[in-house]
Amino acid sequence: MASTRTAPPAKGLKNSRALSLRIPEPRFRPGEKADFSSLVIPEAGATPRPEVDTAPKDMRELAYGMIRVLDRDGQPVGPWNPKLDPATLKRGLKTMMLTRAYDDRMYRAQRQGKTSFYMKCTGEEAVAAAAAMVLTREDMCFPTYRQQGLLIARDYPLVDMMNQVYSNAKDPMKGRQLPVMYSSKKDGFFTISGNLGTQVPQAVGWAMASAYKGDDKIAATWIGDGSTAEGDFHEAMIFASVYRAPVILNIVNNQWAISSFHGIAGGEDATFASRAIGYNLPALRVDGNDFLAVYAATEWAAERARSNLGATLIEHYTYRAEGHSTSDDPSRYRPTDEGKIWPLGDPIERLKQHLIALGEWSDDKQQALYEELVELVRAAGRESETHGTLHAGERPSIKTMFEDVYKEMDWRLVEQRQELGI
Amino acid sequence: MNAMTKTEEAKLDAASPMNMIQAINSALDIMLGRDPNVLTFGEDVGYFGGVFRATEGLQKKYGLNRCFDTPITEGGIIGTAIGMATYGLRPVVEIQFADYIYPGYDQIVSEAARIRYRSAGDFTAPMTIRTPYGGGIFGGQTHSQSPEALFTHVAGVVTVIPSNPYDAKGLLISAIESDDPVVIFEPKRLYNGPFEGYPDKPVTPWQKVEGNLVPEGYYTVPLGKARTVREGQDVTVLAYGTMVHVAVAAATEAGVDAEVIDLRTLAPVDLEAIVASVRKTGRCVIVHEATRTSGFGAELSALVQEHCFYALEAPILRVTGWDTPYPHAFEWEYFPGPTRVARALKQVMVG
Repeated sequence: MASTRTAPPAKGLKNSRALSLRIPEPRFRPGEKADFSSLVIPEAGATPRPEVDTAPKDMRELAYGMIRVLDRDGQPVGPWNPKLDPATLKRGLKTMMLTRAYDDRMYRAQRQGKTSFYMKCTGEEAVAAAAAMVLTREDMCFPTYRQQGLLIARDYPLVDMMNQVYSNAKDPMKGRQLPVMYSSKKDGFFTISGNLGTQVPQAVGWAMASAYKGDDKIAATWIGDGSTAEGDFHEAMIFASVYRAPVILNIVNNQWAISSFHGIAGGEDATFASRAIGYNLPALRVDGNDFLAVYAATEWAAERARSNLGATLIEHYTYRAEGHSTSDDPSRYRPTDEGKIWPLGDPIERLKQHLIALGEWSDDKQQALYEELVELVRAAGRESETHGTLHAGERPSIKTMFEDVYKEMDWRLVEQRQELGI
Repeated sequence: MNAMTKTEEAKLDAASPMNMIQAINSALDIMLGRDPNVLTFGEDVGYFGGVFRATEGLQKKYGLNRCFDTPITEGGIIGTAIGMATYGLRPVVEIQFADYIYPGYDQIVSEAARIRYRSAGDFTAPMTIRTPYGGGIFGGQTHSQSPEALFTHVAGVVTVIPSNPYDAKGLLISAIESDDPVVIFEPKRLYNGPFEGYPDKPVTPWQKVEGNLVPEGYYTVPLGKARTVREGQDVTVLAYGTMVHVAVAAATEAGVDAEVIDLRTLAPVDLEAIVASVRKTGRCVIVHEATRTSGFGAELSALVQEHCFYALEAPILRVTGWDTPYPHAFEWEYFPGPTRVARALKQVMVG
């Protein structure tokens, strides 16, 4: 017979231990030397590639591994090599470089007072560039504000993007949205909210609608590591799982949510990808600075979705090389050299190295392309600025301020427009 | 608009004394039948047909894809519905109680309401959110609230509250056909029969209410249009939902010749109907179940003051729920019943 025990007294345990609250902190703060040598990063080629129809329970290790294709010498290795032809690789490189050149100009434009706000995606260009090349224009992307590369990959006019950032007379959003909150249905680019996480359940709903209609389109969405703490993310995951929605759920883990490191979002001791496991969704964890790896992972998830096998969660492991936005100063909360010593390097440099290793590219060609793209952006900038900037030149017609609140303007808006005197 | 089917034409003249749940069910049935882009989902909505039975039989009739159960996540229900609506569907979702709508509030306020505006018409969200609201059923704090003012305050959302089966069906069909997001608060105390606010009186089922006939076929009640329920000369009562019936009973109890306006749509409200009535009567009492401070009554009061000031012969009065959570044991002390409304009616006649 087992021995029996008595429940502890309800109170008055004199020798009990005092509890203590844990507040996670990043390992390095300003003035300290960042050191990423303790990060566990699998070698390129080491993570296996399961068949696209693998059951989530049979591929859980991918939530803790890391899909990497390019090795230190820029050679593609392992089962995830998407084996892209040089023309495709060059297109990817150009998209990433154009995105960076665009970001640089618009960042300066903000500093010059031509707009209120800007957000760069420096260091994360591969995430959007590769996805845009895998998905079609008919699929719907539900991006955050750091996937401008989707539009750039689809040759959306830079001038129109700038017009939006400047809220000028030709702004396709008619001056209603904060800079960088683009929208282009015809390019499969959903209107960016600016609120975090809200677009994830919407992407799932859009994908459910496609399945409901027997359509062949899929949806893709992006969320930052910090925003995965939002309920929307988990609501989206449960819907994606329960209804087998054809959607790709991307987490861009760029390590920082404004000034909060990924540990504040619960990403210190568990990978963000592993959140898929409880929802019985397949998870891929990807070197987000490796264009080929992002391409391959997106291709796997897209094929799975198109085969009616449902959603995939992809964690893109990357680093936000610049501030959160023009309103942020990262030197206040993290060492300034973190980005330079980030062990996964820079996505543009790595793809360039790969093309050079293939014998398809050179430093000279890189420099020439860079100059060509800077000029392209400069010309677009000049054109856009003829339509006005935030505080100078033409704005959209003020009358349009009252339109599109509803399909038809009701008496309230008519009265208020008259009250404004227009 | 789809052409009417023969069955619908045949049913056009047929009408039956439905209760409000049957009328809502009929609206959903008709729209699921007419438009393959209409689908409905929510907690317990599918096989079971909803805790109030509003979707009863619809899954069986239209299949799993058209009417299904969801996880308990109002944010997820509304968020996915927005995605579907932007694809081109016309989802109708049920939030089991209005008290549960708050987890989905951000998706309504920051997303559904603004998608057309922020994208300059590139994307739209034609969707309908149905949710039972209001007290009188001993539902305590979590099954009795009237949160309509949280929605009338939001630019881009249409807010609707019916008070009878005919309007419930016609307004719901209009909502589903609307290209804007619509939130319909259904007065759950009225599902089975009108309620004048006398808790001790037995409920008269809608089936036995004189004149309650709901056409079996397709028809609409326009959004944004109020209805005069009781004509009168002395005072205008602005009401909606359950309080429409309370207001009519209060007029009788007070012996005041009150004109009772059922607003039906709160946003955009039918200002013309309000102004015409108050200019005629010169007095106005506003009634709602929701808490008073910053309630929709405040907006109505401001509108009446702005548009009818020189016609007013007495201060505008509000009769509302108190500024407390809805207390379980004090249901009838909280509920703004006919005695309190009658008192206000007499007061404005003196003032």
